[in-house]
Amino acid sequence: MGSSVPIVDYLVLDGDPHLEANECTGCGARYFDRRNACANPDCSGAGFRRVPLPTSGEVRAFTIVSHAAPGIPVPFVAAVVDCDGTSVRANVINVEPDPAHVSLGMKVRLATYPLGTDRAGTEAVGFGFEPIS
Amino acid sequence: MAKRDGVWILGIHMTKFGKHPDKDIVDLGAEAVLGALADAGGVRMRDMGVLAAGNLLGGGLGIGQQIQKQVGQTGIPVYNVANACATGATALRTAVMAVKAGECDMGLAVGVEKLAGAGLLAGKDRKADADTWTPQGRFGAVASVDGRIGTETMPGVFAQVGMEYGHRYGGATFELFARIAEKNHAHSTLNPLAAYQKRFTVEEIMNDVMIAYPNTRSMCSANCDGAAAAVVVSGEKLRTLSADQQRRAVKIAASVLTTDPWEEACQILPNVNTLTRNAATQAYEAAGVGPEDLDLVELHDCFATAELVHYDNLMLCKEGGAVDFFESGASWRDGSTPVNVSGGLESKGHPIAATGIANIWEVCHHLRGEAGDRQIPDAKVGLAHVIGLGSACGVHILEKAAV
Repeated sequence: MGSSVPIVDYLVLDGDPHLEANECTGCGARYFDRRNACANPDCSGAGFRRVPLPTSGEVRAFTIVSHAAPGIPVPFVAAVVDCDGTSVRANVINVEPDPAHVSLGMKVRLATYPLGTDRAGTEAVGFGFEPIS
Repeated sequence: MAKRDGVWILGIHMTKFGKHPDKDIVDLGAEAVLGALADAGGVRMRDMGVLAAGNLLGGGLGIGQQIQKQVGQTGIPVYNVANACATGATALRTAVMAVKAGECDMGLAVGVEKLAGAGLLAGKDRKADADTWTPQGRFGAVASVDGRIGTETMPGVFAQVGMEYGHRYGGATFELFARIAEKNHAHSTLNPLAAYQKRFTVEEIMNDVMIAYPNTRSMCSANCDGAAAAVVVSGEKLRTLSADQQRRAVKIAASVLTTDPWEEACQILPNVNTLTRNAATQAYEAAGVGPEDLDLVELHDCFATAELVHYDNLMLCKEGGAVDFFESGASWRDGSTPVNVSGGLESKGHPIAATGIANIWEVCHHLRGEAGDRQIPDAKVGLAHVIGLGSACGVHILEKAAV
Protein backbone atom coordinates (compact mmCIF):
# COMPACT_ATOMS: atom_id res chain seq x y z
CA MET A 1 0.00 0.00 0.00
CA GLY A 2 1.60 3.24 -1.14
CA SER A 3 1.21 6.69 0.29
CA SER A 4 -0.99 9.43 -1.14
CA VAL A 5 -0.36 12.96 -2.31
CA PRO A 6 -2.92 15.75 -2.86
CA ILE A 7 -3.37 17.23 -6.34
CA VAL A 8 -2.53 20.64 -4.88
CA ASP A 9 -0.84 21.61 -1.65
CA TYR A 10 -3.95 23.32 -0.28
CA LEU A 11 -5.83 20.02 -0.15
CA VAL A 12 -5.07 18.38 3.18
CA LEU A 13 -5.59 14.62 3.30
CA ASP A 14 -4.62 13.91 6.95
CA GLY A 15 -7.68 13.09 9.02
CA ASP A 16 -10.84 14.41 7.40
CA PRO A 17 -9.87 15.83 4.01
CA HIS A 18 -10.27 19.59 3.82
CA LEU A 19 -8.90 22.63 2.06
CA GLU A 20 -6.55 25.12 3.68
CA ALA A 21 -6.05 28.73 2.70
CA ASN A 22 -3.08 31.00 3.23
CA GLU A 23 -4.62 33.69 5.41
CA CYS A 24 -2.97 37.07 5.72
CA THR A 25 -2.17 37.71 9.37
CA GLY A 26 -2.67 41.43 8.76
CA CYS A 27 -6.10 41.61 7.15
CA GLY A 28 -7.47 38.08 6.92
CA ALA A 29 -7.45 37.93 3.11
CA ARG A 30 -7.33 34.34 1.93
CA TYR A 31 -5.35 32.85 -0.94
CA PHE A 32 -4.56 29.42 -2.28
CA ASP A 33 -1.29 30.08 -4.07
CA ARG A 34 2.23 30.55 -2.72
CA ARG A 35 2.39 34.17 -1.63
CA ASN A 36 4.96 36.91 -1.81
CA ALA A 37 2.77 39.40 0.03
CA CYS A 38 -0.86 40.37 0.49
CA ALA A 39 -2.60 41.85 -2.57
CA ASN A 40 -4.92 43.98 -0.46
CA PRO A 41 -3.37 47.43 -0.95
CA ASP A 42 -4.66 48.59 2.42
CA CYS A 43 -2.66 45.83 4.06
CA SER A 44 0.44 44.78 2.12
CA GLY A 45 1.31 42.39 4.91
CA ALA A 46 3.69 39.55 4.22
CA GLY A 47 2.77 37.16 7.02
CA PHE A 48 0.41 34.23 6.39
CA ARG A 49 -0.99 31.35 8.37
CA ARG A 50 -2.70 28.18 7.18
CA VAL A 51 -6.38 28.04 8.05
CA PRO A 52 -8.80 25.18 7.40
CA LEU A 53 -11.90 25.90 5.34
CA PRO A 54 -15.39 24.58 5.96
CA THR A 55 -15.96 21.43 3.92
CA SER A 56 -19.38 22.51 2.71
CA GLY A 57 -20.66 25.51 0.84
CA GLU A 58 -22.93 26.67 -1.92
CA VAL A 59 -22.48 27.07 -5.66
CA ARG A 60 -22.13 30.74 -6.48
CA ALA A 61 -21.41 30.34 -10.19
CA PHE A 62 -21.02 27.39 -12.51
CA THR A 63 -20.61 26.38 -16.11
CA ILE A 64 -20.82 23.02 -17.81
CA VAL A 65 -17.76 22.76 -20.01
CA SER A 66 -18.40 20.79 -23.20
CA HIS A 67 -15.29 21.90 -25.09
CA ALA A 68 -11.92 22.10 -23.36
CA ALA A 69 -8.25 21.86 -24.30
CA PRO A 70 -7.21 18.55 -25.86
CA GLY A 71 -6.80 15.76 -23.33
CA ILE A 72 -9.34 17.13 -20.85
CA PRO A 73 -12.39 14.88 -20.49
CA VAL A 74 -15.72 16.66 -21.00
CA PRO A 75 -18.34 17.46 -20.01
CA PHE A 76 -17.61 18.59 -16.49
CA VAL A 77 -19.04 21.17 -14.15
CA ALA A 78 -16.69 24.01 -13.18
CA ALA A 79 -17.83 26.22 -10.34
CA VAL A 80 -17.11 28.77 -7.69
CA VAL A 81 -18.16 27.48 -4.30
CA ASP A 82 -18.76 29.86 -1.43
CA CYS A 83 -17.46 28.14 1.70
CA ASP A 84 -18.86 30.39 4.40
CA GLY A 85 -17.36 33.54 2.94
CA THR A 86 -14.28 32.06 1.31
CA SER A 87 -14.64 31.43 -2.42
CA VAL A 88 -13.11 28.27 -3.83
CA ARG A 89 -12.60 27.20 -7.43
CA ALA A 90 -13.59 23.58 -7.94
CA ASN A 91 -15.49 21.14 -10.08
CA VAL A 92 -18.87 19.92 -8.99
CA ILE A 93 -18.53 16.15 -9.05
CA ASN A 94 -20.70 13.10 -8.51
CA VAL A 95 -23.52 14.84 -10.37
CA GLU A 96 -24.99 14.60 -13.86
CA PRO A 97 -23.29 17.40 -15.81
CA ASP A 98 -26.45 18.99 -17.11
CA PRO A 99 -28.42 22.11 -16.16
CA ALA A 100 -31.24 20.02 -14.70
CA HIS A 101 -28.93 18.68 -11.99
CA VAL A 102 -26.77 21.67 -11.15
CA SER A 103 -28.15 24.95 -9.92
CA LEU A 104 -27.00 28.25 -8.52
CA GLY A 105 -27.14 28.23 -4.74
CA MET A 106 -27.09 24.44 -4.48
CA LYS A 107 -25.51 23.06 -1.33
CA VAL A 108 -22.37 21.02 -1.82
CA ARG A 109 -19.67 19.36 0.25
CA LEU A 110 -16.03 18.50 -0.36
CA ALA A 111 -15.31 15.08 -1.82
CA THR A 112 -12.07 13.44 -2.92
CA TYR A 113 -11.29 10.89 -5.58
CA PRO A 114 -8.20 9.02 -6.82
CA LEU A 115 -6.39 10.51 -9.83
CA GLY A 116 -4.02 7.61 -10.38
CA THR A 117 -0.91 5.95 -9.00
CA ASP A 118 2.63 6.81 -10.01
CA ARG A 119 5.62 4.54 -10.52
CA ALA A 120 6.48 4.61 -6.83
CA GLY A 121 2.97 3.47 -5.92
CA THR A 122 1.89 6.87 -4.65
CA GLU A 123 -1.72 7.75 -5.28
CA ALA A 124 -2.64 11.31 -6.23
CA VAL A 125 -5.92 12.51 -4.80
CA GLY A 126 -8.15 15.11 -6.44
CA PHE A 127 -11.08 16.99 -4.97
CA GLY A 128 -14.37 18.48 -5.97
CA PHE A 129 -17.66 19.36 -4.36
CA GLU A 130 -20.64 17.03 -4.54
CA PRO A 131 -24.32 17.80 -3.98
CA ILE A 132 -25.61 17.36 -0.44
CA SER A 133 -28.68 15.33 -1.16
CA MET B 1 -2.44 74.05 -23.69
CA ALA B 2 -2.44 70.62 -25.27
CA LYS B 3 -4.36 69.43 -22.25
CA ARG B 4 -7.08 72.03 -22.62
CA ASP B 5 -7.56 71.23 -26.29
CA GLY B 6 -7.67 67.50 -25.71
CA VAL B 7 -6.74 64.67 -28.02
CA TRP B 8 -8.67 63.73 -31.13
CA ILE B 9 -9.01 60.85 -33.54
CA LEU B 10 -7.92 62.28 -36.86
CA GLY B 11 -8.09 59.11 -38.91
CA ILE B 12 -9.14 55.53 -38.23
CA HIS B 13 -9.44 52.36 -40.23
CA MET B 14 -10.38 48.74 -39.75
CA THR B 15 -9.82 45.96 -42.23
CA LYS B 16 -12.54 43.53 -43.14
CA PHE B 17 -12.73 41.03 -40.27
CA GLY B 18 -12.76 37.39 -41.32
CA LYS B 19 -10.41 35.05 -43.09
CA HIS B 20 -7.33 36.53 -44.78
CA PRO B 21 -5.34 33.43 -45.73
CA ASP B 22 -3.11 35.37 -48.14
CA LYS B 23 -2.14 38.09 -45.66
CA ASP B 24 0.13 37.86 -42.62
CA ILE B 25 -0.04 40.08 -39.53
CA VAL B 26 2.33 42.60 -41.12
CA ASP B 27 0.12 42.85 -44.22
CA LEU B 28 -2.99 43.38 -42.15
CA GLY B 29 -1.32 45.82 -39.76
CA ALA B 30 0.13 47.81 -42.65
CA GLU B 31 -3.25 47.89 -44.38
CA ALA B 32 -4.84 49.33 -41.24
CA VAL B 33 -2.06 51.90 -40.77
CA LEU B 34 -2.13 53.08 -44.39
CA GLY B 35 -5.92 53.24 -44.20
CA ALA B 36 -5.82 55.33 -41.03
CA LEU B 37 -3.23 57.73 -42.49
CA ALA B 38 -5.38 58.18 -45.61
CA ASP B 39 -8.53 58.59 -43.51
CA ALA B 40 -6.73 61.29 -41.50
CA GLY B 41 -6.71 63.46 -44.61
CA GLY B 42 -3.48 62.26 -46.10
CA VAL B 43 -1.03 62.65 -43.25
CA ARG B 44 2.15 60.58 -43.52
CA MET B 45 4.32 58.44 -41.27
CA ARG B 46 6.68 61.43 -41.23
CA ASP B 47 3.97 63.32 -39.27
CA MET B 48 3.73 60.67 -36.53
CA GLY B 49 5.66 61.21 -33.31
CA VAL B 50 4.91 57.85 -31.73
CA LEU B 51 3.70 54.38 -32.72
CA ALA B 52 2.00 52.01 -30.30
CA ALA B 53 1.31 48.54 -31.61
CA GLY B 54 -0.29 45.38 -30.34
CA ASN B 55 -0.35 41.77 -31.49
CA LEU B 56 -1.05 39.18 -28.84
CA LEU B 57 -0.79 35.73 -30.36
CA GLY B 58 1.38 36.19 -33.44
CA GLY B 59 4.47 35.10 -31.59
CA GLY B 60 6.73 37.57 -33.35
CA LEU B 61 8.73 40.26 -31.65
CA GLY B 62 8.23 43.91 -32.38
CA ILE B 63 5.08 44.06 -34.50
CA GLY B 64 5.38 47.87 -34.48
CA GLN B 65 8.83 47.78 -36.04
CA GLN B 66 7.76 45.13 -38.54
CA ILE B 67 4.93 47.38 -39.72
CA GLN B 68 7.28 50.39 -39.83
CA LYS B 69 9.54 48.45 -42.18
CA GLN B 70 6.62 48.29 -44.63
CA VAL B 71 5.08 51.73 -44.27
CA GLY B 72 7.81 54.09 -43.12
CA GLN B 73 10.83 53.91 -40.82
CA THR B 74 11.07 57.39 -39.38
CA GLY B 75 12.98 56.51 -36.23
CA ILE B 76 10.17 57.39 -33.83
CA PRO B 77 9.65 55.54 -30.55
CA VAL B 78 7.63 52.34 -30.85
CA TYR B 79 5.77 50.83 -27.93
CA ASN B 80 4.79 47.20 -28.44
CA VAL B 81 2.05 46.59 -25.93
CA ALA B 82 0.20 43.54 -24.64
CA ASN B 83 -2.84 43.56 -22.36
CA ALA B 84 -4.86 40.50 -23.35
CA CYS B 85 -8.11 41.50 -25.07
CA ALA B 86 -7.54 45.12 -24.05
CA THR B 87 -4.34 45.29 -26.14
CA GLY B 88 -5.80 47.52 -28.86
CA ALA B 89 -7.26 49.96 -26.36
CA THR B 90 -3.91 49.97 -24.55
CA ALA B 91 -2.09 50.82 -27.79
CA LEU B 92 -4.49 53.67 -28.45
CA ARG B 93 -4.17 54.95 -24.91
CA THR B 94 -0.37 54.82 -25.18
CA ALA B 95 -0.48 57.07 -28.25
CA VAL B 96 -3.00 59.35 -26.50
CA MET B 97 -0.72 59.64 -23.45
CA ALA B 98 2.24 60.61 -25.62
CA VAL B 99 0.21 63.39 -27.24
CA LYS B 100 -1.27 64.44 -23.90
CA ALA B 101 2.19 64.62 -22.39
CA GLY B 102 3.23 66.98 -25.14
CA GLU B 103 5.91 64.66 -26.50
CA CYS B 104 4.40 64.86 -29.97
CA ASP B 105 1.33 66.29 -31.65
CA MET B 106 0.38 63.25 -33.70
CA GLY B 107 0.58 59.56 -32.94
CA LEU B 108 -0.45 56.23 -34.32
CA ALA B 109 -1.91 53.12 -32.73
CA VAL B 110 -2.43 49.77 -34.41
CA GLY B 111 -3.68 46.36 -33.33
CA VAL B 112 -3.60 43.23 -35.46
CA GLU B 113 -4.36 39.56 -35.00
CA LYS B 114 -4.66 36.44 -37.11
CA LEU B 115 -7.00 34.00 -35.42
CA ALA B 116 -9.11 32.47 -38.18
CA GLY B 117 -9.45 28.78 -37.45
CA ALA B 118 -7.79 29.13 -34.05
CA GLY B 119 -10.59 27.20 -32.39
CA LEU B 120 -11.23 27.31 -28.70
CA LEU B 121 -9.06 29.65 -26.68
CA ALA B 122 -8.33 27.46 -23.70
CA GLY B 123 -5.49 26.64 -21.38
CA LYS B 124 -2.70 24.30 -22.35
CA ASP B 125 -3.38 20.85 -23.74
CA ARG B 126 -3.38 18.29 -20.96
CA LYS B 127 -0.35 16.08 -21.26
CA ALA B 128 -0.06 12.63 -19.81
CA ASP B 129 0.52 12.78 -16.07
CA ALA B 130 4.14 12.44 -14.97
CA ASP B 131 5.31 9.02 -13.87
CA THR B 132 6.19 10.45 -10.49
CA TRP B 133 3.85 12.85 -8.70
CA THR B 134 5.93 15.96 -8.01
CA PRO B 135 4.42 19.15 -6.58
CA GLN B 136 5.12 22.07 -8.89
CA GLY B 137 4.24 25.71 -9.29
CA ARG B 138 2.45 28.15 -7.04
CA PHE B 139 -0.22 25.63 -5.99
CA GLY B 140 2.11 22.72 -5.47
CA ALA B 141 0.17 20.81 -8.11
CA VAL B 142 1.19 17.25 -8.94
CA ALA B 143 -0.95 17.16 -12.08
CA SER B 144 -2.65 19.53 -14.51
CA VAL B 145 -5.51 21.34 -12.76
CA ASP B 146 -7.42 22.68 -15.81
CA GLY B 147 -10.57 20.58 -15.96
CA ARG B 148 -9.89 19.09 -12.54
CA ILE B 149 -10.13 22.25 -10.49
CA GLY B 150 -12.44 24.42 -12.56
CA THR B 151 -11.81 25.55 -16.10
CA GLU B 152 -9.36 27.79 -17.89
CA THR B 153 -11.38 28.04 -21.11
CA MET B 154 -12.55 31.55 -21.88
CA PRO B 155 -16.15 30.48 -22.66
CA GLY B 156 -16.22 28.67 -19.32
CA VAL B 157 -14.80 31.57 -17.31
CA PHE B 158 -17.21 34.08 -18.82
CA ALA B 159 -20.11 31.65 -18.50
CA GLN B 160 -19.49 31.70 -14.75
CA VAL B 161 -19.31 35.50 -14.81
CA GLY B 162 -22.82 35.65 -16.30
CA MET B 163 -24.15 32.92 -14.03
CA GLU B 164 -22.79 34.69 -10.97
CA TYR B 165 -24.73 37.79 -12.00
CA GLY B 166 -27.82 35.62 -12.32
CA HIS B 167 -27.19 34.17 -8.88
CA ARG B 168 -27.04 37.64 -7.42
CA TYR B 169 -29.94 39.28 -9.22
CA GLY B 170 -31.98 36.52 -10.89
CA GLY B 171 -33.53 36.31 -14.34
CA ALA B 172 -30.38 35.38 -16.24
CA THR B 173 -31.67 32.31 -18.07
CA PHE B 174 -30.10 30.34 -20.91
CA GLU B 175 -32.72 31.82 -23.22
CA LEU B 176 -31.98 35.38 -22.13
CA PHE B 177 -28.29 34.96 -22.96
CA ALA B 178 -29.26 33.44 -26.31
CA ARG B 179 -31.43 36.45 -27.05
CA ILE B 180 -28.47 38.78 -26.43
CA ALA B 181 -26.55 36.82 -29.09
CA GLU B 182 -29.60 37.00 -31.36
CA LYS B 183 -29.46 40.81 -31.14
CA ASN B 184 -25.79 41.05 -32.01
CA HIS B 185 -26.05 38.62 -34.92
CA ALA B 186 -29.06 40.60 -36.22
CA HIS B 187 -27.07 43.84 -35.96
CA SER B 188 -24.17 42.36 -37.92
CA THR B 189 -26.29 41.92 -41.04
CA LEU B 190 -25.84 45.66 -41.61
CA ASN B 191 -22.05 45.61 -41.19
CA PRO B 192 -20.16 44.68 -44.36
CA LEU B 193 -16.86 44.45 -42.43
CA ALA B 194 -18.21 41.89 -39.95
CA ALA B 195 -16.75 38.39 -40.08
CA TYR B 196 -20.27 36.96 -40.03
CA GLN B 197 -23.42 38.67 -41.27
CA LYS B 198 -25.95 35.98 -40.58
CA ARG B 199 -29.09 36.35 -38.54
CA PHE B 200 -29.94 33.44 -36.23
CA THR B 201 -33.16 32.62 -34.41
CA VAL B 202 -33.05 32.13 -30.65
CA GLU B 203 -33.80 28.44 -31.22
CA GLU B 204 -30.85 28.11 -33.60
CA ILE B 205 -28.57 29.77 -31.07
CA MET B 206 -29.78 27.61 -28.17
CA ASN B 207 -29.50 24.45 -30.25
CA ASP B 208 -26.05 25.28 -31.60
CA VAL B 209 -23.03 23.31 -30.37
CA MET B 210 -22.72 23.75 -26.61
CA ILE B 211 -19.30 25.11 -25.64
CA ALA B 212 -19.64 26.00 -21.96
CA TYR B 213 -23.19 26.22 -20.64
CA PRO B 214 -24.92 28.57 -21.11
CA ASN B 215 -22.65 29.70 -23.97
CA THR B 216 -23.23 27.87 -27.24
CA ARG B 217 -20.95 28.41 -30.24
CA SER B 218 -22.96 31.33 -31.61
CA MET B 219 -22.83 33.02 -28.20
CA CYS B 220 -19.01 33.06 -28.29
CA SER B 221 -16.79 35.66 -29.93
CA ALA B 222 -15.77 34.74 -33.44
CA ASN B 223 -12.07 34.05 -33.93
CA CYS B 224 -10.99 35.80 -37.11
CA ASP B 225 -8.25 37.85 -38.76
CA GLY B 226 -8.28 41.61 -38.71
CA ALA B 227 -6.54 44.85 -37.89
CA ALA B 228 -7.44 48.38 -36.92
CA ALA B 229 -5.41 51.56 -36.60
CA ALA B 230 -5.97 55.13 -35.52
CA VAL B 231 -4.16 58.45 -35.91
CA VAL B 232 -4.52 60.73 -32.91
CA VAL B 233 -3.77 64.44 -32.87
CA SER B 234 -3.59 67.21 -30.30
CA GLY B 235 -6.36 69.79 -30.37
CA GLU B 236 -3.77 72.49 -30.89
CA LYS B 237 -2.39 70.79 -34.00
CA LEU B 238 -5.87 69.99 -35.26
CA ARG B 239 -6.68 73.71 -35.44
CA THR B 240 -3.93 74.10 -38.03
CA LEU B 241 -5.37 71.40 -40.29
CA SER B 242 -8.02 71.67 -43.02
CA ALA B 243 -11.68 72.36 -42.37
CA ASP B 244 -12.55 68.87 -43.58
CA GLN B 245 -10.04 67.27 -41.20
CA GLN B 246 -11.49 69.32 -38.33
CA ARG B 247 -15.06 68.38 -39.27
CA ARG B 248 -14.32 64.67 -39.37
CA ALA B 249 -12.12 64.61 -36.27
CA VAL B 250 -13.65 62.85 -33.26
CA LYS B 251 -12.86 64.05 -29.77
CA ILE B 252 -11.50 61.54 -27.27
CA ALA B 253 -13.46 62.89 -24.34
CA ALA B 254 -12.12 60.17 -22.06
CA SER B 255 -9.42 57.54 -22.34
CA VAL B 256 -9.22 55.31 -19.30
CA LEU B 257 -7.42 52.09 -18.48
CA THR B 258 -7.93 50.20 -15.23
CA THR B 259 -6.91 46.91 -13.63
CA ASP B 260 -8.83 44.93 -11.07
CA PRO B 261 -8.53 46.17 -7.50
CA TRP B 262 -8.17 43.51 -4.85
CA GLU B 263 -11.42 42.03 -3.56
CA GLU B 264 -12.37 38.74 -1.92
CA ALA B 265 -12.54 36.00 -4.59
CA CYS B 266 -11.00 38.09 -7.38
CA GLN B 267 -8.17 35.58 -7.67
CA ILE B 268 -10.65 32.67 -7.80
CA LEU B 269 -12.92 33.83 -10.62
CA PRO B 270 -11.72 36.91 -12.49
CA ASN B 271 -13.82 39.85 -11.38
CA VAL B 272 -14.55 41.68 -14.62
CA ASN B 273 -17.10 43.91 -12.92
CA THR B 274 -15.32 46.23 -10.54
CA LEU B 275 -12.57 47.36 -12.91
CA THR B 276 -15.15 48.02 -15.64
CA ARG B 277 -17.29 50.02 -13.25
CA ASN B 278 -14.22 51.94 -12.10
CA ALA B 279 -13.17 52.68 -15.69
CA ALA B 280 -16.68 53.82 -16.60
CA THR B 281 -16.93 56.04 -13.54
CA GLN B 282 -13.61 57.71 -14.36
CA ALA B 283 -14.55 58.07 -18.03
CA TYR B 284 -17.95 59.64 -17.39
CA GLU B 285 -16.33 62.08 -14.99
CA ALA B 286 -13.53 62.99 -17.39
CA ALA B 287 -15.95 63.45 -20.31
CA GLY B 288 -18.58 65.25 -18.28
CA VAL B 289 -21.31 62.99 -19.61
CA GLY B 290 -23.47 60.26 -18.12
CA PRO B 291 -24.71 56.94 -19.44
CA GLU B 292 -27.98 58.61 -20.45
CA ASP B 293 -26.05 60.82 -22.91
CA LEU B 294 -24.67 57.89 -24.90
CA ASP B 295 -26.07 57.45 -28.41
CA LEU B 296 -24.32 54.12 -28.86
CA VAL B 297 -22.08 51.71 -26.96
CA GLU B 298 -19.65 49.11 -28.24
CA LEU B 299 -18.95 46.85 -25.28
CA HIS B 300 -16.88 43.72 -24.87
CA ASP B 301 -19.34 40.92 -25.65
CA CYS B 302 -16.65 38.25 -25.83
CA PHE B 303 -19.52 35.97 -24.81
CA ALA B 304 -23.24 36.60 -24.52
CA THR B 305 -22.88 36.07 -20.77
CA ALA B 306 -20.40 38.97 -20.64
CA GLU B 307 -22.61 41.49 -22.43
CA LEU B 308 -25.27 41.19 -19.73
CA VAL B 309 -22.97 42.09 -16.84
CA HIS B 310 -21.44 45.02 -18.69
CA TYR B 311 -24.84 46.73 -19.09
CA ASP B 312 -24.65 47.02 -15.35
CA ASN B 313 -20.91 47.69 -15.06
CA LEU B 314 -21.11 50.57 -17.54
CA MET B 315 -24.13 51.82 -15.62
CA LEU B 316 -26.41 51.70 -18.66
CA CYS B 317 -29.03 50.43 -16.21
CA LYS B 318 -29.52 50.69 -12.49
CA GLU B 319 -27.52 48.31 -10.35
CA GLY B 320 -28.90 44.80 -10.68
CA GLY B 321 -31.12 45.85 -13.58
CA ALA B 322 -29.29 44.37 -16.57
CA VAL B 323 -31.95 41.75 -17.30
CA ASP B 324 -34.76 44.31 -17.26
CA PHE B 325 -32.63 46.66 -19.36
CA PHE B 326 -32.22 44.02 -22.05
CA GLU B 327 -35.86 42.90 -21.82
CA SER B 328 -36.94 46.50 -22.47
CA GLY B 329 -35.28 46.38 -25.89
CA ALA B 330 -32.95 49.24 -24.89
CA SER B 331 -29.82 47.63 -26.34
CA TRP B 332 -31.24 46.89 -29.80
CA ARG B 333 -30.22 49.38 -32.49
CA ASP B 334 -33.62 51.10 -32.30
CA GLY B 335 -33.56 51.13 -28.47
CA SER B 336 -32.65 53.90 -26.06
CA THR B 337 -28.99 52.81 -25.72
CA PRO B 338 -27.97 50.80 -28.80
CA VAL B 339 -25.28 48.28 -27.85
CA ASN B 340 -22.98 46.58 -30.33
CA VAL B 341 -24.64 47.77 -33.52
CA SER B 342 -21.50 46.50 -35.28
CA GLY B 343 -22.52 42.95 -34.45
CA GLY B 344 -20.15 42.84 -31.52
CA LEU B 345 -17.42 40.32 -30.93
CA GLU B 346 -19.90 37.49 -31.34
CA SER B 347 -20.56 38.35 -34.98
CA LYS B 348 -18.27 41.13 -36.19
CA GLY B 349 -15.47 39.03 -34.77
CA HIS B 350 -12.68 39.30 -32.23
CA PRO B 351 -9.15 39.51 -33.68
CA ILE B 352 -7.92 40.15 -30.16
CA ALA B 353 -5.41 43.01 -30.43
CA ALA B 354 -7.48 44.76 -33.12
CA THR B 355 -10.70 44.77 -31.12
CA GLY B 356 -9.94 47.73 -28.86
CA ILE B 357 -9.41 50.01 -31.86
CA ALA B 358 -12.09 48.46 -34.08
CA ASN B 359 -14.71 49.26 -31.41
CA ILE B 360 -13.62 52.88 -31.58
CA TRP B 361 -13.71 52.81 -35.38
CA GLU B 362 -17.36 51.76 -35.14
CA VAL B 363 -18.26 54.58 -32.77
CA CYS B 364 -16.34 57.15 -34.84
CA HIS B 365 -18.14 56.04 -37.96
CA HIS B 366 -21.51 56.86 -36.41
CA LEU B 367 -20.34 60.15 -34.91
CA ARG B 368 -19.10 61.22 -38.34
CA GLY B 369 -22.38 60.19 -39.94
CA GLU B 370 -20.54 57.73 -42.16
CA ALA B 371 -22.03 54.43 -40.94
CA GLY B 372 -24.23 53.86 -43.96
CA ASP B 373 -27.12 51.44 -43.52
CA ARG B 374 -26.47 50.97 -39.85
CA GLN B 375 -26.07 54.67 -38.97
CA ILE B 376 -27.52 55.56 -35.58
CA PRO B 377 -29.29 58.82 -36.43
CA ASP B 378 -27.76 62.01 -35.07
CA ALA B 379 -25.18 60.21 -32.93
CA LYS B 380 -23.09 62.66 -30.92
CA VAL B 381 -21.55 60.67 -28.05
CA GLY B 382 -20.46 57.05 -27.91
CA LEU B 383 -18.56 54.72 -25.61
CA ALA B 384 -16.19 51.87 -26.46
CA HIS B 385 -15.27 49.26 -23.84
CA VAL B 386 -12.92 46.29 -23.84
CA ILE B 387 -11.71 43.97 -21.16
CA GLY B 388 -8.76 41.64 -21.15
CA LEU B 389 -8.59 38.91 -18.54
CA GLY B 390 -5.90 39.24 -16.03
CA SER B 391 -7.37 41.90 -16.00
CA ALA B 392 -7.30 45.20 -17.88
CA CYS B 393 -10.25 47.36 -18.90
CA GLY B 394 -10.23 50.14 -21.45
CA VAL B 395 -13.06 52.65 -21.75
CA HIS B 396 -13.05 55.46 -24.30
CA ILE B 397 -15.78 58.07 -24.65
CA LEU B 398 -15.92 59.78 -28.02
CA GLU B 399 -17.68 62.96 -29.08
CA LYS B 400 -18.62 64.33 -32.45
CA ALA B 401 -16.75 67.48 -33.46
CA ALA B 402 -18.76 70.60 -32.69
CA VAL B 403 -17.90 72.21 -36.04
